[in-house]
Amino acid sequence: MAHISASVYTSHVPAIGAALDLGKTAEPYWQSVFKGYDFSKQWLKDNPPDVVFLVYNDHATAFSLDIIPTFAIGTAPQFQPADEGWGPRPVPMVQGHPELASHIAQSVIQQDFDLTIVNKMDVDHGLTVPLSLMCGQPKAWPCPVIPFAVNVVQYPVPSGRRCFELGRAIRKAINSFDADLNVQIWGTGGMSHQLQGPRAGLINKEFDNAFLDKLINDPEAAANIPHIDYVREAGSEGIELVMWLIARGAMDDVAKTAPGQARAPLNMRHRFYHVPASNTAVGHLILENPSH
Amino acid sequence: MALDKPYLDVPGTTIFDAEQSRKGYWLNQFCMSLMKADNRERFKANERAYLDEWDMNEEQKLAVMARDLNWCIRTGGNIYFLAKIGATDGKSFQQMAGSMTGMTEEEYRNMMVAGGRSANGNRVVGEDGDAQAHRQPQGRAGQTAKA
Repeated sequence: MAHISASVYTSHVPAIGAALDLGKTAEPYWQSVFKGYDFSKQWLKDNPPDVVFLVYNDHATAFSLDIIPTFAIGTAPQFQPADEGWGPRPVPMVQGHPELASHIAQSVIQQDFDLTIVNKMDVDHGLTVPLSLMCGQPKAWPCPVIPFAVNVVQYPVPSGRRCFELGRAIRKAINSFDADLNVQIWGTGGMSHQLQGPRAGLINKEFDNAFLDKLINDPEAAANIPHIDYVREAGSEGIELVMWLIARGAMDDVAKTAPGQARAPLNMRHRFYHVPASNTAVGHLILENPSH
Repeated sequence: MALDKPYLDVPGTTIFDAEQSRKGYWLNQFCMSLMKADNRERFKANERAYLDEWDMNEEQKLAVMARDLNWCIRTGGNIYFLAKIGATDGKSFQQMAGSMTGMTEEEYRNMMVAGGRSANGNRVVGEDGDAQAHRQPQGRAGQTAKA
């Protein structure tokens, strides 16, 4: 039976990809970002998943204003890194896992989350920058990846609560897949940032660190944060943090249990926070399920 | 019944909701076209002619040619779409974001390195933070404007 062994959370700032691709990683500015991922790269090598379920958002790349799906699951065998206007990132093709992806789609839709199924799409920095941060610059990504795109571009985006409950549904879906696969779920985007208007450049370290604390220790409370709090406190693009709640909702400790049945707490393996990468506060967590 | 839009009183911020998206449909779709290298070349060769191929209003075309991203956003643009114009110009996301504050590139970069813009005074319209309307433009441009 397939199972989720761990969840990874990270920002997906495009400039991080550019720094890697242009060989700027040794610059002090970028060193202070990348050093937060040294542990994580080794951890990923020591704990290689069979599949990564990667929650991210498309930044007006695969989805224009013609079609705006709230939740879209990639069921294709391959996904091409996109040309976002600067030319495609020089990173490997992303291999999908069509069998598990279509199984998850079927199960999650039957649990009342109406996913859009995507058999053809290019993937942008939202997906490839987390892979680069966790894997470095390999010739091929270490395992198949299921892209899961969330609309956080056009309001209203899904609520944190709905994302959290969706995570629970994804966990159930993965646990009902027959093959014995070790799956990691990654939630990406954030943390505080605003890319538009005279308020561009907003950063809120207090909010971000309180969010990390809540996500780890009191995820139900994190799931109840309303949209407007993200906008006011973490900037208009800080709303991306709802995607972290999908990954958090898929962890064992928050699964619905019979009354009286207790769940073991999860293990926090890594926590990192740094300001800035370009316009953005970088946050990163690794949480493992206890049975792992 | 009126829709719930609690975000309208956030200073210096335009939330890209369904209404903005409807206003900006063609502007944003024009931006999408710049993801193809051939289109970028054609746009650079003759911006006006390329823009005239799109069902945008005159104000949107002028805002694009002026590279005034705040103006583009007022007419329905969204930053992730508008970023394709910046990419075509060889600009980074930081340069684009900074351009909307009135600060120079260096001033904006220094603000970010120093920890970014504080939320204090910038949560609700009517406070006194640096993103409020009465404090624009920011940086040296603002000091010059007041002098």
